[in-house]
Amino acid sequence: MEVPPQKKRPWFWSWSIAAVIFRLVLVYFPSSLNLSSRPEVSTPVTSLRRLAEGYWLKQSSMSPYADFVTALLIRATGQNLQVAYGRSLELLGLSRVSENSEFLPSGDIAALLYLWNPFTIVTCVGSSTSPVENFFIVLSLYGACTRLVPLAAFGWVIASHLSLYPAVIVIPAVLLLGYGPDAPPRKYLLQSNDANFGDNLSSDSSSEHRGLKTPAVKPANFLWRPVVLFLSWASVWALYVVVLCWMSVKEYGGLWEMFKRTYGFIITVQDLSPNIGVLWYFFAEVFDFFRSFFLIVFHMNILVMILPLAIRLNHRPFFLAVVYIAISSMLKSYPSVSDSALYLSLLALFINELADIQFSFFLFCGYVGVSLLSPVMHNLWIWRGTGNANFYFATAMAYACFQIVLVVECVNAMLNHDRMIRKKLSTTKA
Amino acid sequence: MPTSTRSEMVCLKLVLVLFILCFASTSTGKEEEGIEEQFTEELLLRPLPDRKVLAHFHFDTRAPPTDSYGRHHRIFPKAIYQLVHKYQVREMELSFTQGRWNYGRWGGYDPIASSNVKPPGVELWAVFDVPQDQVDASWKNLTHTLSGLFCASVNYLESSTAYSAPDWSFREFSGNLRYGTLPREAVCTENLTPWLKLLPCRDKAGLSGLMNRSSIYRGFYHSQRLHLTSGEFNSKAVNYGIMLEQTLTVVLEPNTLEAGVTRSSGLALQPSWSLSSLFGREVGERCVLAKSSNVYVQLEGSLVSVLKNKWEETSAYEADTLSYEEGSLSNPSFELSVSPNRIIKEVTSLQPEGPSILYHYMMENYSDSKPFELEFKWKSPLVWSCPQAPLRASRFLMGSGNERGAIAISLQATKRSDDLLVADIDEKGCRLRVDVFQVVPWYVKVYYHTLKLFVDEKPQSQAGIIEKMRVSPSEDKVSPGVMELILRLPCGVRSAAITLEFDKGFLHIDEYPPDANQGFDIPSAVVSFPDFQATMHFFEDNSSNESPLVSKMKERSSVLSYTEVLLVPLTTPDFSMPYNVITITCTVFALYFGSLLNALRKRVAEEERRLKSKAAKKSGRVPLLLSKLLAKVRGRPWEPPQAASTSSSQISYKLIFKVILVAGIAAGWQYHHE
Repeated sequence: MEVPPQKKRPWFWSWSIAAVIFRLVLVYFPSSLNLSSRPEVSTPVTSLRRLAEGYWLKQSSMSPYADFVTALLIRATGQNLQVAYGRSLELLGLSRVSENSEFLPSGDIAALLYLWNPFTIVTCVGSSTSPVENFFIVLSLYGACTRLVPLAAFGWVIASHLSLYPAVIVIPAVLLLGYGPDAPPRKYLLQSNDANFGDNLSSDSSSEHRGLKTPAVKPANFLWRPVVLFLSWASVWALYVVVLCWMSVKEYGGLWEMFKRTYGFIITVQDLSPNIGVLWYFFAEVFDFFRSFFLIVFHMNILVMILPLAIRLNHRPFFLAVVYIAISSMLKSYPSVSDSALYLSLLALFINELADIQFSFFLFCGYVGVSLLSPVMHNLWIWRGTGNANFYFATAMAYACFQIVLVVECVNAMLNHDRMIRKKLSTTKA
Repeated sequence: MPTSTRSEMVCLKLVLVLFILCFASTSTGKEEEGIEEQFTEELLLRPLPDRKVLAHFHFDTRAPPTDSYGRHHRIFPKAIYQLVHKYQVREMELSFTQGRWNYGRWGGYDPIASSNVKPPGVELWAVFDVPQDQVDASWKNLTHTLSGLFCASVNYLESSTAYSAPDWSFREFSGNLRYGTLPREAVCTENLTPWLKLLPCRDKAGLSGLMNRSSIYRGFYHSQRLHLTSGEFNSKAVNYGIMLEQTLTVVLEPNTLEAGVTRSSGLALQPSWSLSSLFGREVGERCVLAKSSNVYVQLEGSLVSVLKNKWEETSAYEADTLSYEEGSLSNPSFELSVSPNRIIKEVTSLQPEGPSILYHYMMENYSDSKPFELEFKWKSPLVWSCPQAPLRASRFLMGSGNERGAIAISLQATKRSDDLLVADIDEKGCRLRVDVFQVVPWYVKVYYHTLKLFVDEKPQSQAGIIEKMRVSPSEDKVSPGVMELILRLPCGVRSAAITLEFDKGFLHIDEYPPDANQGFDIPSAVVSFPDFQATMHFFEDNSSNESPLVSKMKERSSVLSYTEVLLVPLTTPDFSMPYNVITITCTVFALYFGSLLNALRKRVAEEERRLKSKAAKKSGRVPLLLSKLLAKVRGRPWEPPQAASTSSSQISYKLIFKVILVAGIAAGWQYHHE
């Protein structure tokens, strides 16, 4: 069943190299594609144009935050996007994550899905800065999977520094470090341990096999050492980043100004230019009186689900991380398709567990339909002036609904999968 | 004793009276020699090349400093005095303008064009004599006061998105300067009336009596300006405490009955005009409060030289070529119905066309019974052109669609620029300095790194051309973007252009003006040429008695011109949708929250079902259903009925009691409120 990695590699690498080449080819035709200005691709916090403007203002010794806020500008160095480089790194990270946590095909599929996802290609060619953010998120998860504690902490600190929302990944990272990679619920393991059914289950060729077997010897107890290490490394990196930021922005009003201009900009949804999220239109239309109330409500929506999900899925920290990423990319203030590209391809890591997901065809059609309709509506509204804002907002609304259904169905499928394992356990017990 | 006391009293009284007399005499003497409030009114009329007439009213009111004169005034408007003192205004200018000054035809080089021509709408700038941190507060208060004074929406300049603080390009000394414009402000007679109220004679007497509303507002251009300079807070000795200068610049087209007359040369005769045909009124009763009241007719240098040529042609080299300058009004080209009291000739002109001429009429000689009626009659058709600024600035938008675009400022060389520049060459190599000052509202998000320069339609690097640049980028909903540039263009430049790309912002529905689909106005950019001074040198024998208008024209001021106002259409959301958007979005969020939470707590349901099926096998159906229903109603997880059915009946009694209690409370509440 399992294909040896030596055989797999050439196939995998050839496809990934092809993906990189495809991107490079596309990058050389920027004028005909003109992707960097698409609202789906570049949001106020990821637009390269704004980055360039900020860099220019910085060069002329002015506060870069005074104008546009790009969460990326925190580094004083003028970063030019080495997109292909970041891409291949990401690929490496992904494949090795998969190597470690899951069994190989799903990892390869996820990596290739990421590379060949039209959304990622579009963001890469549109030279948005979000691939960098994605890279750091994946780096952090990879570090947590392989127990490279400093790497995980570094990825987490940089990712949350860049776009704030990945900060919630700290919970899955801690769980990953504490409990190890995804496995079926520990309770079952204890049950099976008691009943000595570990050997019986080993006939299953699913991924749970290993997950079941290893903790069966040593029942899951939370490892505090890597967690403490992670937290201390995270604080070290955070301190480092803060000091770097402080050094680079001290002449422009200091750290407080920077936090206000970056995180404040993300949280308070200042920029109302259209994107594929729903918040821009909402805050363009909502009465000023209620604005802060709804800001709190919408951000609470992300935060409130953290705890229930963590309780229910604590045995699958990696999946938990993916769900967090999906939720935040759905509800964040300036979403772009690269966020959904990230969680879609990470979901492919669980291709075995999520095999019996409901509505998968419906969801696929929905994604395709929205990604075709949304540019059309945008064109009708902005360029031709024949449509109005509601046209575009409707596609954004549909997109949000599809994402919600996808997340809910994934969680459902994962829970059902665990349930099925338990049923197997109980039937074998009985 | 009584007699002595009486004599003492008399002595005392005498001394007192003497003292009072002395004091009175000294004080009156002081007043005579010192400065007093004074008011002068002047009107300048100038024929324009395109069959129009420029009328420029200039009213000057001065108040002496408070420490020597006191705080009560006969002439000076109290409102302005209080405003200056309250907000410590050092200098301020407010203008209301309608129409656009045609720089190409009406000139852009003379003092009137460069200091009185204003951008459409309202422009306000002020310099305050307060510490740096209080400037903004003073500005805000000032805008509200002016808004009340002039019945205009100047108070919109209060918000920090509407005004800016130029550093050096707008005025030389801008430390505490604030600048704001409202390009869309409609200007009408309701703004003129309070402005006239500041004049001592209002429009009842004097030159302001000419301001017939219907004829003024029929004009092509109309700009009413109020400039005040105060020396009250300066340590520097200034002659006057506060100088208030009110000007009204109008471009009118005379009613032409005989306009169709075309001479043999194929040129149409310029329309003749008179004060009554222009304004529909005559200067009647003079304003007795005015120190002087003058009317000038100005012939521009180029017109004078054209006249001279004409005169030379027709009179066939007769000796008397300068006669028209000496006051002989019977020259072959035009005729003035009233002979002027004085003719003022420019001594030396910086301009190649030659010196211009002012005909001076003093209104002291006229009265109600003998009104002043001036008629200017053309006799032969003439073609001339007004002096131009070295480069003509215009600004336009590029791009289509509602997402992004570009602003271009183009500078076109005018006919005169090369002759001027030839004179201006010095050892350092010929460079033409151009200052550009542009304010862009925040919703037009200009990318300053996309600045491109074109000289003679070829792209140029910024390094060679831009001498100095200051950009303060816009901040969403906080401050506008300000760009100040000093360009050094090569002298022989034919055209130059600056382009800047921008993204259009998206606003909250409350931020759109009532007619949102019309678009938004970007205020005019200010383009000035500091190397060129718009000034006229008049020979004046008694400088003490000089009229403010003439001295204003003698003042050195750099040539300044305003570009057009840009109209940027912005995308609009659906204004009728707020409720729909709120409800739909909230529904989606509720869908997310509810379905995810439901998915997470499904295990409980599953176990319930299994337990239920087990329990169903054991016990009867009816009590089970009942208790399940009750559990659902009470919102508690259902417990399998281990106890006897009495407990369930107890529960139901309790429930019924509670329901009755709640219903009773509700009924009582309802009754109470009715």
